[in-house]
Amino acid sequence: MKLTINGKLRELDAEPDMPLLWALRDLLGLRGTKYGCGKGLCGACTVHLDGQPRRSCQLTVADVASGKVTTIEGLSADGSHPLQQAWREFNVPQCGYCQSGQLMSASALLASNSNPSDEEISSAMAGNLCRCGTYPRIRSAIKSTFTDAAASATGGTGEGAA
Amino acid sequence: MSTFSVVSRRRFLQLTGLTASGLVLGAVAPRNLALAGILDEAQGSQLNVFVSVATDGTVEIIAHRSEMGTGIRTGLPQVVADEMEADWQQVKVIQAHADSRYGSQNTDGSRSVRDFYHIMRQMGAAARTLLEQAAAATWQVPVEECTARNHAVHHSSGRSLGFGALAAKAAELPLPALESLRLKDTANFRYIGKDVPIVDLRDMTTGKATYGIDVHVPEMLYASIERTPWLQGRIVSYDSAAALEVKGVLDVVELKAVDGAPGFNPIEGVAVLATNNHSALKGRAALKVRWRESDHSSHNAEAYLDELVARVEGGAGEVARQRGDVDAALASAASVVEATYRTPYLAHASMEPPVATARVTDERCEIWACTQTPQATQQAVAKTLELDVSAVTVHVTLLGGGFGRKAKPDFSVEAARLAAHVGKPVQVVWSREDDIRHDYFHACSAQHFKGALDEDGNVTAWLGRQAAPPIESTFDRSVRINGANWLSQSFASVPFAVPNLRVESHEAPAHVRIGWLRSVYNIPYAFGVGSFVDELAHAAGRDPAEFWLELIGEDRLLDFKDEGFEYSNYGRSITEYPFATARTKGVIRELVASIPWGEKLPQGQGWGLSVANSFLSNVAVASKVDVRDGRLRVLELHGVIDAGRVINPDRVHAQMEGGMIFGLSLALNGEITFAGGEAQQSNFHDYPIARMDQVPAVIRSHIVSSETAPTGVGEPPTPPTAPAIANAVFAATGKRIRELPLSKHFDV
Repeated sequence: MKLTINGKLRELDAEPDMPLLWALRDLLGLRGTKYGCGKGLCGACTVHLDGQPRRSCQLTVADVASGKVTTIEGLSADGSHPLQQAWREFNVPQCGYCQSGQLMSASALLASNSNPSDEEISSAMAGNLCRCGTYPRIRSAIKSTFTDAAASATGGTGEGAA
Repeated sequence: MSTFSVVSRRRFLQLTGLTASGLVLGAVAPRNLALAGILDEAQGSQLNVFVSVATDGTVEIIAHRSEMGTGIRTGLPQVVADEMEADWQQVKVIQAHADSRYGSQNTDGSRSVRDFYHIMRQMGAAARTLLEQAAAATWQVPVEECTARNHAVHHSSGRSLGFGALAAKAAELPLPALESLRLKDTANFRYIGKDVPIVDLRDMTTGKATYGIDVHVPEMLYASIERTPWLQGRIVSYDSAAALEVKGVLDVVELKAVDGAPGFNPIEGVAVLATNNHSALKGRAALKVRWRESDHSSHNAEAYLDELVARVEGGAGEVARQRGDVDAALASAASVVEATYRTPYLAHASMEPPVATARVTDERCEIWACTQTPQATQQAVAKTLELDVSAVTVHVTLLGGGFGRKAKPDFSVEAARLAAHVGKPVQVVWSREDDIRHDYFHACSAQHFKGALDEDGNVTAWLGRQAAPPIESTFDRSVRINGANWLSQSFASVPFAVPNLRVESHEAPAHVRIGWLRSVYNIPYAFGVGSFVDELAHAAGRDPAEFWLELIGEDRLLDFKDEGFEYSNYGRSITEYPFATARTKGVIRELVASIPWGEKLPQGQGWGLSVANSFLSNVAVASKVDVRDGRLRVLELHGVIDAGRVINPDRVHAQMEGGMIFGLSLALNGEITFAGGEAQQSNFHDYPIARMDQVPAVIRSHIVSSETAPTGVGEPPTPPTAPAIANAVFAATGKRIRELPLSKHFDV
């Protein structure tokens, strides 16, 4: 079986019903995509399938055989996607585990809507859980990529206001 | 997150078989840890147990505590770097294996900075001293003329040598005595107190960070374990035929439980081992297992809480603290307010479930795990494999959240036993369902309070009575009641200047494994106490903020000794870390000053606040809510923390934001129930955690500026949050919520 992942054709020996999540992680060694629930409930395993955010635990390898899959490893070559930079500027991660999925959902949102409202951000990101509670900074980081106003809302020294 | 008073801590260690690691540092610290196989990566010359310097100038600093999101892997090395005058850009942080020579690695109880701030300064100062001595020897000048500054040692003549050039010589010098070390003037701090970005930031934003689940060892098998659904269940029989037919499944192995208290031992189960996670899960689904019932297979959480409520409402319990004559004051009061609160069992639900990898070879075992307790893991694995502790290496990965769950080494023991059995490396991956159904659950509770008010609305008596299953029951089935240690977590330790006060405890025998979750018993107790103070304030017709301040009363240091209560003070001496009411009041005052407290709000909106002293810190939280048509929205959360000196303010703000959201999450949604001994929840659809659209648009935190000794940060923001929200709900609606979660009462 062959899959197109991060622009490369990858060959793997998988049963057709294997979830893409485990194929990426266990067979292809792409472990940036995380397991969180296995039921499409937490968003930790979010990847792009033909540009759309999808839960890789809910897709089988057969489902994606003809599509193009992008994982966190392929979001940018060098960590320079504007959202990756914003995540670092706002010191978003705490434990960091959910952040691959958060970044994949956020990047899909911005690819389809370059100026989302707060409600559109909350709605697009509501399927991505973070137990550490980094949501305020995720929101600020997303907004900073298209507004100047949000950029001064948090981070840096002084009072914490996210 | 467990913190124990001196007496019960010792008792706990006896129960768990853990030993308290003594610190072996400084002058007697061993060198050459890399050569000794204690570190994977260290390359440089070892200056002490925490610091080495390579000839290219790279300073390697050991992070011996576990990183689960607090930023500690950055914070403590930041202290070392500052004190040794290293340039942070040339620092490489290396994660320690389990080794008692680092002192305690048990990353729990909000005490990493509290316990290691001074020691890390000493380690930095010791390294700096050696580098200065090496320079003095090189130049043949008195060491007093040599000063380390920004990664080099400078001589008064203008000469200088970089740390790299001095490393080899410095490593050969005798270690300085701890008492001879000269610490930096705090005015000269370069990194302490500054927002240094965490060292894992880049990896965490590019998918390169390695968590327990990301470990890969050649020839490794993946294991998924079907476990007994109720406490102390046992396998009657199982059929593995269908499981073994699943492609990729290689073996099915029975994991027997040990008899007695659950402790950190694996739960009885049947493991399916396969070449990938999918096959392991599919094979497991094909297993047929019959389980034997136990004394706990009829446990029903609803009925159990009803029993606890009956007990706390029914009569006197064991007295934990007493002042004056509560009964007489209640009898003669102008009015008496009483209320009973119920809080549910909770699960940790860290985003990364428990995962451990083990390789057993030639009388040795290597473990890779997302563990909060490397040394307890090492000891537990050594015990189960009957190996010497020195034959077990524990590699500590990043933790995808911990919150106390990953302080239990049971999952590493599972991996070790399976790896020994099959003769190949094994990674045990807990599914989300495993994680929620088989957690070390956070205790449910029933709490009953009575307050007496005089004609002027002053509180003349306070009675608090609680029942909650004790954590000790996980290690000793005979323990059925919470004693002074847990009552020190916001229940018996209420800082109130009330003339008559009594606190009582009732039995609550455990029917599930009880563990500790971020802020432990402060979660239920701060909710009960924080809600009841608000009830009294409203009954007295007073502003709740003013009422809190009056109830706490004049500035004083509390020690509770005259009242028969052995306050734990989180294991620290009360003289070294006094319980100062001025600081508790201080966070309330700063909070109220930072928000429009008392503002006129539209119908259906309200402000509420609460305060808690936990892990030696004080946090006050205020919440603004909107309730209409049965729908509750939390609009704002504001918190003020006084945690003494802070190392990395940005990470303290992050813990405040995250800790308040954690509190909001459990207040809104958190509940585990049991029926027939089985947890009724299994994944995020029925055990929801807060989502972005439930988190208020406005979250602010404020750090009280302080130069006193550092105290807890990771846990203290959580306890006051639930009562602040419930009190705001009352202000908005007049409806008093006495049972969590709020989703029982509102659409959240």
